[in-house]
Amino acid sequence: MAAIPLPGAEHENYLNKEYGIRSWLLTTDHKRIALLYLLSITFFFFIGGFFALLIRLELLTPAGDLVQADTYNKLFTMHGQVMVFFFLIPAVPAVLGNFLIPIMIGAKDLAFPRINLLSWYIFIIGGCFMLYTILTGGADTGWTFYTPLSTSFLDTHVVAAAVAIFIAGFSSILTGLNFIVTVHRMRAPGMTWSRLPLFVWANYATSIIQVLGTPVLAITLALVALERLFHFGIFDPQKGGDPLLFQHLFWFYSHPAVYIMILPGMGVVSEIVACFSRKRVFGYKFMALAVIAIAVFGFLVWAHHMFVAGISLYAALVFSLLSYLVAVPSAIKVFNWTATMYKGSISYTTPMLYAFGFIGLFTMGGLTGLFLAALGLDVHVTDTYFVIAHFHYIMVGGMVMAYIGGLHFWWPKISGRMYPESWGRLAALTIFIGFNLTFFPQFILGYLGMPRRYWQYSPEYQVLNVLSTAGSTILAVGYVLPMVYFLWSMRYGKVADENPWGAAGLEWMTASPPPTFNFDETPEVTWEAYNYGEAKEVPVER
Amino acid sequence: MSAHVVPKKTYITVWGILMILTVVTALVSRIDLGHLSAIVALAIATGKALLVVLFFMGVKYINQKMTIVVIVAGIFWLAILMVLSMADYGTRLWS
Amino acid sequence: MSDSATVADHNPALQHHFADMEQQQQAATMGMWVFLITEIMFFGGMFLAYMVYRYMYYAAFVAGSQAMDFWYGTINTIVLICSSLTMALAVRASQVGQRKALVALLIVTMLFGCAFMGIKAIEYTGHWRDHQFPGASFHFEGPDPQHIEIFFSLYWAMTGFHALHMLIGIVVVGFITFYAWRGRYGPDYHNPVENVGLYWHFVDIVWIYLYPLLYLISHKHTG
Repeated sequence: MAAIPLPGAEHENYLNKEYGIRSWLLTTDHKRIALLYLLSITFFFFIGGFFALLIRLELLTPAGDLVQADTYNKLFTMHGQVMVFFFLIPAVPAVLGNFLIPIMIGAKDLAFPRINLLSWYIFIIGGCFMLYTILTGGADTGWTFYTPLSTSFLDTHVVAAAVAIFIAGFSSILTGLNFIVTVHRMRAPGMTWSRLPLFVWANYATSIIQVLGTPVLAITLALVALERLFHFGIFDPQKGGDPLLFQHLFWFYSHPAVYIMILPGMGVVSEIVACFSRKRVFGYKFMALAVIAIAVFGFLVWAHHMFVAGISLYAALVFSLLSYLVAVPSAIKVFNWTATMYKGSISYTTPMLYAFGFIGLFTMGGLTGLFLAALGLDVHVTDTYFVIAHFHYIMVGGMVMAYIGGLHFWWPKISGRMYPESWGRLAALTIFIGFNLTFFPQFILGYLGMPRRYWQYSPEYQVLNVLSTAGSTILAVGYVLPMVYFLWSMRYGKVADENPWGAAGLEWMTASPPPTFNFDETPEVTWEAYNYGEAKEVPVER
Repeated sequence: MSAHVVPKKTYITVWGILMILTVVTALVSRIDLGHLSAIVALAIATGKALLVVLFFMGVKYINQKMTIVVIVAGIFWLAILMVLSMADYGTRLWS
Repeated sequence: MSDSATVADHNPALQHHFADMEQQQQAATMGMWVFLITEIMFFGGMFLAYMVYRYMYYAAFVAGSQAMDFWYGTINTIVLICSSLTMALAVRASQVGQRKALVALLIVTMLFGCAFMGIKAIEYTGHWRDHQFPGASFHFEGPDPQHIEIFFSLYWAMTGFHALHMLIGIVVVGFITFYAWRGRYGPDYHNPVENVGLYWHFVDIVWIYLYPLLYLISHKHTG
């Protein structure tokens, strides 16, 4: 069924089939496109990270001494826009999802390979607009583009930033569209819905959000651009327009967008936890339903971002109650991962360390989210560092952890080489420590009342801010480490066989790296997902 | 593989009904129905849209259940956007 | 299900990663429908804005609507419905393999599309000349010009994006016409024609809603 590489001989695979820049830029192979995305988003990750470090550096002291207030506004705006739209949203879907979904369901490629390549080019065009925005002085609207600040009062490159995100949005839509059709129409014989890996389910749920939410963001940003360029009055209070309408439209996408960022991470964690606990994921059906439920409920809660903005009290009550709904499927996920590990034979490999990190940090981020969904408490902590800490626990503690964990888990498949395990564990630990040191103090800062988006603060907050800045330095080192040893391993790493983890799943039944069409013969699936029967030790160097 | 071929007559009949409904909606707008007029106009528009979807776009003849799920999902999500937003606007003046 | 291994069954239009033509066709159709729901949501944002402001400023919307030209709107509705008929017949022609009829019907569809755009252009020129474009030069006689400006903002945004979709539609139909003329489509392979048809009908449906919402807000009622 699967091609077993002859020992010592290089088999033909997607990496060595063709060489040269053309074979990459004109490829329609989902695996190569995944690598193109990997390179692009890593680039943007470091740009966004650079802005983050500048922000933390400015906040080292209470006075506004490193940068001016205007510059600071640009820093957090560019940090947010780059990280959200050019790293987090494409991260797991466009890299790991692109690489793995066709292999996991036993297909030769995504349903629309050329659209897949097109989506990368669209992403790059959007990215160029973003870079143009950054290089010509940036925008300072905050990543949220709130009107009328963004439409009537600012003199920065708001339109360029909006265009960048508008364009990148279409790349996201096309990826989602491709995944939905692929999962429906391209599954191998025997790969029923109840046999799909949870990673595929999670990406499927994500795609639903991308397809239904992103267009609303697109039209909203288009209207903002029309207001700036031609003075349309749709969100302009001077003409009787309602700025809250902008917020409704914006958050209709941007709240579910949080689930675009976290759901695929949940998929990654399900795979890792099952593999390194040597057990079938506990409550598979509930896990699958939970991701779909999160995707649907995620669309019903957006106005909890607007509690203090002046929406109707009665609507706020409804949105507050609906927000609690999301906690139910999220809790199901956390409980079921824990139950999967219970009495499993757990091995503490690098990916598993990231999965542990994800579960803990996501739980903290999720629970503090409930604070914010509570109508009364939100009034106290909204627009403080409490919010910042909360969503960084979800996005960085959750999603980035899962993304890097997933990269380690599937690196042998992607590159055909093993990464150095001890360095991997060291980096995982560094990231975990750095992350908590950066963001835990921000919960306290927020609770004490330090508002977000200011370049100065009262001196009594300095100790916690110094801790946070110190943590961010450690975090930065933690992020550079994997990049270095991944590159190193591509040449010097131990050659990986087709299933170095002894993991279940179709992707482990083809060669590492896989051949261009993934399988020499279309597989026929006769087994359930996660068929970890008898527990065997994971072959890992200690 | 071969698609369901619909007789030309069906298409022309549907076109005829669409034309009649256009005239009806134009005429009705000239009669004062108060707040009913918006409902009538939207009902006629929805009827026309339904005809286009079912016949011209061939949903009536498609044997893929998935297409219908996709369409219903689209309309459902549009309803979420409209209903929950209007829940705000409709109740802002309550006190 | 056909076995693509036999030479007779292997259609040159079959892409390598699909098992057979049926899978390819179903994937293409589903992809198009998923794309169309993204379009529903795209226009949905503007329809929400319309609904909110019509609820808030009903009188201004009635006044704005009365400044619309009833006949341009109605004629354009009729033009689009006719274009949908010719498009539906074009798809049918491709299904039964009538190449000449297909090409002719696609061209007629494009002509209807161009007619729509032409009428829209005349209408836009009139609104522009009468200072009914939002911004500094906006001018409207009568009470509440500010809120009427919002009506016109929505009018330009909604019909503008609709017209953009029409334009894209005409160009794509142009490409499809070229390939149809070259004889690429027949009973075994006509996804592209079907998909462009679906797109065209969708754009028609958007107009079916825009027409009563913009042109026909109760002409007598001024409450």
